[in-house]
Amino acid sequence: MAIRDRLSGNEAVAIAMKQINPDVMGAFPITPSTEIPQYFSSYVADGLVDTEFVAVESEHSAMSTCIAAQAAGARAVTATSSCGMALMWELLYVASSYRLPITMALVNRALTGPININNDHSDSMGARDSGWIQIYSETNQEAYDNFLQAMPIGEHKDIRLPVMVCQDGFITSHAVENMDLLEDDKVRDFVGEYQPEHYLLQKDNTLAVGPYGISAYYMEFKKQQAEAMKSAKKVILEVAEAFEQVTGRKYGFFEEFMMEDAEVAVVLIGSSAGTGKAAVDALRQQGKKAGLIKIRVFRPFPMEELAEALSHVKAVAVMDKAESFSAAGGPLFAETRSALYDLPQRPNLINYVYGLGGRDITVTDFEEIYSQLDSIVETRQTGPVYRHIGQREADGAEKDVTYERYQMENNNWRWQSNGL
Amino acid sequence: MAYNFKQEMEKPERLAGGHRLCAGCGASVAVRGVLRALEPSDRAVVTNATGCLEVSTYLYPYTAYEDSYIHSAFENAAATCGGVEAAYRVLKKKGKIEENFKFITFGGDGGTYDIGLQSLSGAMERGHDMVYVCYDNEAYMNTGIQRSSATPRFADATTTPVGRESYGKTQRKKNLTEIIAAHNVPYAAQTTFLGNFKDLHEKAHKAIYTEGACFLNVLAPCPRGWRYDMAELAELCRLAADTCVWPLYEIEEGTWKLSYEPKKKLPIEEFLKKQGRFKHMFTKGNEWMIEDAQQYVDQQWQRLLDKCK
Repeated sequence: MAIRDRLSGNEAVAIAMKQINPDVMGAFPITPSTEIPQYFSSYVADGLVDTEFVAVESEHSAMSTCIAAQAAGARAVTATSSCGMALMWELLYVASSYRLPITMALVNRALTGPININNDHSDSMGARDSGWIQIYSETNQEAYDNFLQAMPIGEHKDIRLPVMVCQDGFITSHAVENMDLLEDDKVRDFVGEYQPEHYLLQKDNTLAVGPYGISAYYMEFKKQQAEAMKSAKKVILEVAEAFEQVTGRKYGFFEEFMMEDAEVAVVLIGSSAGTGKAAVDALRQQGKKAGLIKIRVFRPFPMEELAEALSHVKAVAVMDKAESFSAAGGPLFAETRSALYDLPQRPNLINYVYGLGGRDITVTDFEEIYSQLDSIVETRQTGPVYRHIGQREADGAEKDVTYERYQMENNNWRWQSNGL
Repeated sequence: MAYNFKQEMEKPERLAGGHRLCAGCGASVAVRGVLRALEPSDRAVVTNATGCLEVSTYLYPYTAYEDSYIHSAFENAAATCGGVEAAYRVLKKKGKIEENFKFITFGGDGGTYDIGLQSLSGAMERGHDMVYVCYDNEAYMNTGIQRSSATPRFADATTTPVGRESYGKTQRKKNLTEIIAAHNVPYAAQTTFLGNFKDLHEKAHKAIYTEGACFLNVLAPCPRGWRYDMAELAELCRLAADTCVWPLYEIEEGTWKLSYEPKKKLPIEEFLKKQGRFKHMFTKGNEWMIEDAQQYVDQQWQRLLDKCK
C-alpha cells in the first residue's frame, strides 16, 4: 500500500533521500533548494539515516565532496539551485568525466544578472553539455518518482554518469500537493545497494582517480562519456518500466498529452506543462486539435522519439524557460528543430522563450500560442520564429495580449518607459 | 619512538621513481618525506590540487603513487580530501571497510595560499581527520612562474617582473601557517628539508596521527622559479632556516613551539644571493632592498619568538 501524504516538492525529494539513505551528502544552502538539506539534516539529527552530512562552505566544495565520496566508494547526493550550480560548474564536468553516478536534486532557479530567486531553467540548461543525465519533473510526485529512479539509472554499469533531477523552484519546491510515497523497504529494494567496481578505499586494489589526460588519451575519455550517454536511453526506459511495476506510474522520455490526432502542439519542460494541459483541455472542448509534449529526459535527448511523436503535427511551438542568447532561440528549440530535420515532412516550428525569472505563464498565454499555431497552419507562414512571451514589449506575435493584460490587470504596477 | 634515519629510509617508497618532476624540485622531496611518516600497516588516500606535482606524477595511464590517489581541480583539494574522509567514516561505520586509511592532501602555494584558501579554511573548520600539506615554492611554477600570495617581496616573477619601473613583487608574503593556526586546528607546523629530515618526519608523523584537521607548510624550493643550481636544494633549505626567512615551528593545541633556532642567525643575503629571482637586489643602488628584506625578517622572527615563549 502506498503512503498518501501532502508534501512540498522539496520535502518529497528529502524523503526520497531519507528512504534511499545515501552515504554522504555535501550541501550548501541556496534558495529555493535550501529546504532539502534542511529536512535531510533533521533526519541525520534524529538518527533516521546513516549518512555523513557534510555542511560545506560553498557549492564548489559540495560538489567536490560528492565527487570525492563517490570515488571513495560511497553514494553521494547534493541539492542546489541557480548560482549554486554555477559555482559547481567546473566540477560538473569532472563528475561526469570520472564517471561518478552522483545524484543531484536541482531546484531550478534563474541565474543572477540581475539577481532573481524565482524559477526558470537557465541553471540546468546552461549545464546541459556537462555530461549529466537531466530529468525534469512537472509535479511534486514526479520529483519524488524521478529521484528514486536516478540512482538505478546513473549507477548502471553501462552508464556510470551523474544524474540531476530537476524541479521548478517555488512552483513545485514549495507548493504542497497530495502524493503517493513508497514504503521504505520498497524504495530500498528498488534503488538497491551501490556496488562500485573500483573505488579509492579498496584495501587490496588501490586506485588513482583524476589523471592528467594528455592529448593522446583525452578524446577516448570523452568518446566513452558520449557512448555512456547514448546507452543511458535504454537504461532510462528499463528503470521506468521497473518503476511502473512497483508503482503503476508510467514514465518515458516525454509525456504525450492529446497527441494522437493533434494538428498543433506545444513542446515544453517542467511545471508549466500543467498550465499548458489546461489550455489543451479547453481547446479540445472547442473542437481544436491541440496537443502537448512535456519533455522529461533532456539529457540524453530523445531525438528520434520526439521526431516520431511530432511527425504528424502541422505546427509546433517549442517553449524555452531559459534564454541561451544564441540570437536564434532557446536550447530546447534548437534540439527539437534539429530532431525534426530528418523528417520527410516537417511541421512549421516557432519558439517562445517564456517565464524567465519566475514570470507567470497562464492558460490565456497558452491559448494565444495555440492560436498563433492555428494561423501558421492556415497561412503556412511562421512569421518570426524566435519569440518571447509574457514580457512588457511586444515580440514576434502580431499582438502581445500578455502586455495588454498586464496593463489592464496590474495598472498599479505603473509600467514606465524608464523602468520599474 | 626516537627518529631513526636508517630505519625510515629502509621503508618502501610510496611515491615511485620515474615521475616527471624536475631534478632539484622540492615538491617530490616533500611528498616522499611526508608519506614516509605513514606506518607501513596503514593505507592512505592522497589528494592533490592541480599543479606541478599532479601533472608530473599522474599522467594517464601512469601513476607514481602506491596509495590510492585523487585529483579533481585546482582550488578544491581540501574539500576533496574531506569528501573521501567523510566516505571513509560512513563506510567504516557500516562495516564496509576494515583497514585504516589516512588522508593526506598536497597542494602548491597557488592552490593553497590563493585559490584553494576557501576550501582549505572550510575543511580545517569542519575538522576532517586529514592532513593538508602545502609544498610552498613561492609562485605558480607550473604555469610559468607567476607571483602568488606566497611570493616574497622583491622576487622577480613573470607577473611581477623586474623592470625600469619595477623591483619585482611589491607585497609581502602571506603568513598562511598563522592563518590556519587561527582556525584552532589541533596541529599546524612549518618545516623544510634539513639534515636527516628529522624535523619533516616528526611533524608529518604528528600531523598524520593527530586526530582532526592538521596542516603542514613545507618550504619546497623550485629550481626553475628560484633559479638556483639544482644540486643546492638542501643548501637553500638550510639557508632559509638559518637566515630565519622560513622559521621552523609548530602550534600544537594552541601552544607555539619553535623547532629550530639557528646557532648563528645568518644575514638574509646568504639566502638571497644563491637565487636568480633576487639577483637585482645585489646591483648597485638597490642596497635598500636587502635592508628592507632584512628588517622584515628580523621583525617577523622577533614576533615568532614572542609567540613561542
